Amino acid sequence: MADLTTNFAGIRSPNPFWLASAPPTDKAYNVERAFRAGWGGVVWKTLGEDPPVVNVSSRYGAISYNGARMAGFNNIELITDRPLSVNLDEIRRVKRDWPDRAVVVSLMVPCEEASWQRILPLVEATGCDGVELNFGCPHGMSERNMGSAVGQVPDYVEMVTRWCKRHSRLPVIVKLTPNITDILAPAAAARAGGADAVSLINTIQSITGVDLDLMAPEPVVGGQGTHGGYCGPAVKPIALRMVADIARDGATRGLPISGIGGIASWRDAAEFIALGAGTVQVCTAAMHYGFRIVTDMIDGLSNWMDAKGHRTLEEVRGRAIANYVHWNDLDLNYKSLARIDQDLCIRCGLCHIACEDTSHQAIAALRVDGARRYEVIDADCVGCNLCAHVCPVEHCITMQPQPTGRGKLTWTQHPNNPLRQEAAE
Amino acid sequence: MDQVQDIAAGRLSAAELAANFADAHPPLTPSEAPVEASRCYFCHDAPCIEACPTGIDIPGFIRAIATGNPRGAALTILEANILGGSCARVCPTEVLCQGACVRMAQEGRAVNIGALQRHATDWLMAHEPRPFARAPATGRRVAVVGAGPAGLACAHLLARHGHEVVVFDARAKPGGLNEYGIAAYKLADDFAQAEIAYILSVGGIRIVPGQALGGDLSLASLRAEYAAVFLGLGLQGSRDLGIAAPPLAGVQDAVAFIAALRQAPDKAQVPVGRRVVVIGGGNTAIDAATQARRLGAEDVTIVYRRGPAQMSATSKEQDWAQTNGVRIRHWASPLRLLGEAGAVTGVSFARTRPDAAGLAIPAGPGFTLEADMVLKAVGQCFIADPLGAAEAPALVPGRIAVDAEGRTSLPGVFAGGDCTAGADLTVRAVADGKRAAEAICRMLGP
Ligand SMILES: Cc1cc2nc3c(=O)[nH]c(=O)nc-3n(C[C@H](O)[C@H](O)[C@H](O)COP(=O)(O)OP(=O)(O)OC[C@H]3O[C@@H](n4cnc5c(N)ncnc54)[C@H](O)[C@@H]3O)c2cc1C
Ligand SMILES: Cc1cc2nc3c(=O)[nH]c(=O)nc-3n(C[C@H](O)[C@H](O)[C@H](O)COP(=O)(O)O)c2cc1C
Ligand code: SF4
Repeated sequence: MADLTTNFAGIRSPNPFWLASAPPTDKAYNVERAFRAGWGGVVWKTLGEDPPVVNVSSRYGAISYNGARMAGFNNIELITDRPLSVNLDEIRRVKRDWPDRAVVVSLMVPCEEASWQRILPLVEATGCDGVELNFGCPHGMSERNMGSAVGQVPDYVEMVTRWCKRHSRLPVIVKLTPNITDILAPAAAARAGGADAVSLINTIQSITGVDLDLMAPEPVVGGQGTHGGYCGPAVKPIALRMVADIARDGATRGLPISGIGGIASWRDAAEFIALGAGTVQVCTAAMHYGFRIVTDMIDGLSNWMDAKGHRTLEEVRGRAIANYVHWNDLDLNYKSLARIDQDLCIRCGLCHIACEDTSHQAIAALRVDGARRYEVIDADCVGCNLCAHVCPVEHCITMQPQPTGRGKLTWTQHPNNPLRQEAAE
Repeated sequence: MDQVQDIAAGRLSAAELAANFADAHPPLTPSEAPVEASRCYFCHDAPCIEACPTGIDIPGFIRAIATGNPRGAALTILEANILGGSCARVCPTEVLCQGACVRMAQEGRAVNIGALQRHATDWLMAHEPRPFARAPATGRRVAVVGAGPAGLACAHLLARHGHEVVVFDARAKPGGLNEYGIAAYKLADDFAQAEIAYILSVGGIRIVPGQALGGDLSLASLRAEYAAVFLGLGLQGSRDLGIAAPPLAGVQDAVAFIAALRQAPDKAQVPVGRRVVVIGGGNTAIDAATQARRLGAEDVTIVYRRGPAQMSATSKEQDWAQTNGVRIRHWASPLRLLGEAGAVTGVSFARTRPDAAGLAIPAGPGFTLEADMVLKAVGQCFIADPLGAAEAPALVPGRIAVDAEGRTSLPGVFAGGDCTAGADLTVRAVADGKRAAEAICRMLGP
């Protein structure tokens, strides 16, 4: 049985599955239910200064895709709307009762040192394991110069991180916003400010849809809408890329990363860990299905690790980073061709029409004795994978590597590249 | 076997009868429809289109349902098949579009095209009382004989092109077998008449009921009076069992039994035997037997002279009958109708077996089934008499001969549906009527 325990920037938890700072971690009631279900840790719903914020009614929007509910999820909620002392009391009690679980407290206060200096000792007094700085909330708080308004300016990220390290002994996790051109800049700034770790991603600014009767963006609040934060399965690819960049880049390499964004299964988690995450955080999947999803996350990850012979998470962490290269480092001599398994083919013709209309006219639509037959024209196939993706039958179209007899050739060396580097004589 | 023949009406309570003759397959709910629609792969050169005699753009209309465009979906259907609503309910989709669905090859479960088609057409009928407009009147008049699916489809397309259409039918109500033949629970809630009203909303079509070709009308006079004539006469004859039998009470033609059931405003008034034997292996046998059960018959047996694979009823229909408690016995053919005091008491059967060609030949000793009612469902046939003796269109064995576009041997006379050779299905009748209308329009010119 694989060892799933984690030590993330000094914060220990029995497994890498944490609940992200959000409604699932809004109060003791939810958090205790989560711990009973088996979650390894929580990042408490973001605390701020009193008086508490006020939330709107009608808070969420969602994308259903082909009958799949909440493929993408969007919210216009703010941070906790409960008084600070109520949250702090509950955090103290929960940590006391669940000493083996990670209890991290998310914070967002105005961008003034005094504010941070005021709140940090109160938080530390609860006995919690660390703080997470919410530099990511992309709506409502950013207009008040908090959240992503800070996270989008690396200098502020560094400054606030430094204040927190100065006024607290707790591990400081900086939660990054994806609403920025280059994720490496705030990550490096956090590290420069002394951050113990980063977590990402927070939500992505979005409008999930427009109510065409009300002519207002969704979710509609009294006939109007505002942009919100996008999360859920749809954002996972964006989050994976940002996590991988931070894990790979020289300036940020080695900084512990808590991966967040669209994680709903052990497989999602394993992918984040393979690209460098030490723990993962989940919000939307828990809001969709409840806390019991963690059972399979733990079990599935452990079974997969056993099957692969990985004993600890450290053996998995970052394993795929060496293969995450820049485009310029890819082999231009590598060649693959589409292969259609005629026994599996159900004759839907989607591969043909996709290649014919939008790719390389490399799949012939034939009729053999009246029966449909689709065949790859090898000479025209560029190995783009489109047909394999549109094919609705698992393993029917596969991309098969072709021997070329040529060694690796990258763009840096390619004759078509005017700036190519000639091999040294 | 000296008991009194037990045929009675009202065997079940009003509530049971209402449930038994309500929609057998209720419509998809608004949330089910897009989920089912999303199962469609939107195939290129989709096999389902080819398998539909009317060639509906099935992936096209299903995609419109998935995107929330029910109007576009319904019009796509009705453009190709104006009886798309009844076809959605009555087509044996398992041997048509759904049988060809690529998901059958993948997972043995086709997209539920029939239910989606109903979803879209129901929407349009509920939202748009008059979906098609008529082209400016051409002043040309076409006679259609037979207001069944073939005649109605033909009339609608002719009317859309601006021709004036008069539809004659021998029966009191239009609709053909949609009104008198199809099982009640397939076309519940008087759907046949609702659909006809919808079809007539285009304008330019007049239905004249109670006028029979061969009686009130002659083909010669119609040809003289109209620019073209379309014959959609269906099959008016029933084959006989081929055994000598004195007329016995309780022995009935299955089609007539169903017609009476369909027309009864109150199913509690329809008499049915306690023990019913149905002889035959097609749609009609299945429907007669199942509806007899649903009227409250205690014991219903279909007897067919060959095996399940040779039955013209699809395996889905056979399952349906069996699910309804009908017993199906194969490889037996009727020898004698047994009777007492002029009323039937049973049927004795000879066992049969397949010969080298798979046809039934006598084999071994037989058996007798007791029965209060015997329904004959051994096939319908075309009766040519109404066509007249002089100047009648040529027949291919038994039915009116036509070319691919419905032309008979007589200039200006077209035919389609069951009275011509081909599968006896509603959708084929619609396809024939449509193709003939196109040919008539080309013949008449703009
Ligand atoms: C019991 C039964 C169940 C069936 N179930 C199904 C099913 O589930 N699915 C399916 O697809 N198909 C089914 N069919 C077959 C389907 O009903 C027919 O294929 C279809 O109705 C044929 O249409 P049509 O217009 O050619 O003929 P019909 O529907 O028979 O219409 C012919 C019309 O012509 C009229 N007519 C006939 N002679 C004259 C005349 N001399 N003068 C004036 N009018 C005349 C008749 O009154 C009738 O209205 C079933 C058939 C039967 C008998
Ligand atoms: C309703 C809602 C409220 C959220 N509130 C906060 C918050 O208060 N603080 C914070 O740091 N992130 C907040 N988030 C962002 C989540 O913590 C998380 O970063 C994001 O949802 C991506 O993870 P997911 O794809 O698993 O949902 C919120 C998300 C949602 C859906
Ligand atoms: S891999 Fe791309 S180019 Fe090759 S057959 Fe498939 S779609 Fe066409």
